[in-house]
Amino acid sequence: MAHIRHPKDFVAGLLFVAIGIAAIVLGSNYALGSAARMGPGYFPRMLGILLVALGSAVVLRGLRVDGPPLPGWRWRPVAVVLGSVVLFGAIVNYAGLVLSTILLIVLASAASQEFRPREAVISGILLAVLAVGVFALGLKLQLPIWPGAN
Amino acid sequence: MELLSHLALGFSVALTPVNLLYAFIGSMLGTLIGVLPGIGPVATIAMLLPTTYALQPVSALIMLAGIYYGAQYGGSTTSILLNMPGETSSAVTCLDGHQMALQGQAGAALAIAALGSFFAGTVSTVLVAGVSIPLSELALKFGPAEYFSLMVLGLIGAVVLAHGSLLKAIAMIVLGLLLGIVGTDVNSGAARFAFGIPELTDGIGVVSVAMGLFGFAEIITNLETTEKREVIASKVKGLWITKEQFRQAWPAVLRGTGLGSMLGVLPGGGAMLASFASYALEKKIAKDPSRFGKGAIQGVAGPESANNAGAQTSFIPLLTLGIPENAVMALMVGAMTIHNIQPGPQVITSNPGLFWGLIASMWVGNLMLVVLNLPLIGMWIKLLQVPYRLLYPAILLFCSIGVYSISNTSFDVMQTAFFGLLGVIFVKLECEPAPLLLGFVLGPLMEENLRRALLLSRGDPTVFFTRPLSLAMLLAAAFLLLLIIAPAFRKTREVAFQEE
Repeated sequence: MAHIRHPKDFVAGLLFVAIGIAAIVLGSNYALGSAARMGPGYFPRMLGILLVALGSAVVLRGLRVDGPPLPGWRWRPVAVVLGSVVLFGAIVNYAGLVLSTILLIVLASAASQEFRPREAVISGILLAVLAVGVFALGLKLQLPIWPGAN
Repeated sequence: MELLSHLALGFSVALTPVNLLYAFIGSMLGTLIGVLPGIGPVATIAMLLPTTYALQPVSALIMLAGIYYGAQYGGSTTSILLNMPGETSSAVTCLDGHQMALQGQAGAALAIAALGSFFAGTVSTVLVAGVSIPLSELALKFGPAEYFSLMVLGLIGAVVLAHGSLLKAIAMIVLGLLLGIVGTDVNSGAARFAFGIPELTDGIGVVSVAMGLFGFAEIITNLETTEKREVIASKVKGLWITKEQFRQAWPAVLRGTGLGSMLGVLPGGGAMLASFASYALEKKIAKDPSRFGKGAIQGVAGPESANNAGAQTSFIPLLTLGIPENAVMALMVGAMTIHNIQPGPQVITSNPGLFWGLIASMWVGNLMLVVLNLPLIGMWIKLLQVPYRLLYPAILLFCSIGVYSISNTSFDVMQTAFFGLLGVIFVKLECEPAPLLLGFVLGPLMEENLRRALLLSRGDPTVFFTRPLSLAMLLAAAFLLLLIIAPAFRKTREVAFQEE
């Protein structure tokens, strides 16, 4: 049993193989056609096979070449940053730009280890004013400013 | 003389008040993000792309282009004064630029960086103008087989010159191509990999991919490290350089401009590669290489000219062939597509005002930068004192507003967050995201040209090898791959990227 010497490559390779297989399986519903008349399934199938091959090579290298260990994974920044962005996208149409901006700024600031709540609120209010001025009034983007406009 | 009339047309477009304004906004924003670490041109252009819908296409492209070359000016400022590159393309400037600043020569370093950049910007503007017509005429003769092979060459070239594992980079391209074909197939009308989600039938948005992989992922990884930035600005006294310094610097500016212009045109090239290569060249040919790293003015003049030249000539393949060669150009393809312009050789003839206007605006923007940048240095330094904990939520906000306003749906925001997550995973696994973005943009084009080439040849795949131009390009791609597998080249490539 070979053991994993380059975990980053090993995992990356597995990821590529998995996506390649997914592309082949999901793409099996689309008509392949022939080389002369390529159907919608032809190119994705080609790419899927190529990705599986490349991914396998990366996995193999992960078994043969030494490399650094996998870095740690901290959930807090990932969850807080992406969560606050998704929340903003979900509510801006109903809650309006001002409230969603303040919420996004305060929430996202909490991802930092130097989080200071009061500072975040003040920054949120200032940025809300700026966002309304630049995006809603200046660039005339279709964004409601206050709740209940839509 | 034809060139002059083209440039005259270009300036007549670039010098209208509206376009002057957008060139100004673009280059100022570019300088700003060049100064600020933690946000690069790709994320910024992605952020601003949606806000350009309402603009004339030419104004939009002028502004977005300004961001790219403006970032080259801004990046050098922080490298010299703070030993902190705002952009990767200015990383080598730290080596000697900051040493000069410590020796009380900050003014001279900034001045030579700005003047060198301006000189390089001027030369490369002329170069872009001169090369474009012949290249686009050549490209118009291309059939689908040639186009397909050209894209293969472009994509392979892009990963050979990039750093990191070659195998992973090629896999990232293929993944990008796959993501690129998500959505409705133009020929059969079949919705591919859409999972029944209506928004996905239109395909994945380039803004979401770029912003997630480059913007969000960068912010998240920055937050994981707790390293604090300390801003200790050296005093800037007098921006003038002595005669002796000028005499030492100008040959380096010339070499940097030449090398940068050449490397900018190559696939995978652009500002970063140009500056690293130029530094290596200056060090190699110097009479006394030991002076490098201790404040050699050539070590500032060369790379700073080169990165600006490279930033500008990297527009050549995009504007003449329709092939983006780095992540910034991939986004420019997105910008052109949004404004219903199909990038390619036909742009010069179908849209001459846009084409020449964009080129002329680069020179105009460079002039603004050299005039405005030096007096504004104090302001940039102030901005750097804004702590990251205040900065990144604001960046997230502008990104979110930008991506939401593409089609006013929360789906786009979620999609961007998904690519942000993917981006963090790629950072952890050391997979470079730039090749993925290139593949993503080229996916549909590559499929279309492959389909047409094989249709014309009645399914015979040898068509790619029997047409001379196509064969030449595939051979060049194979040669590049061989080069990198060859141990000697591999070694120098590793050394070249060591200096980061």
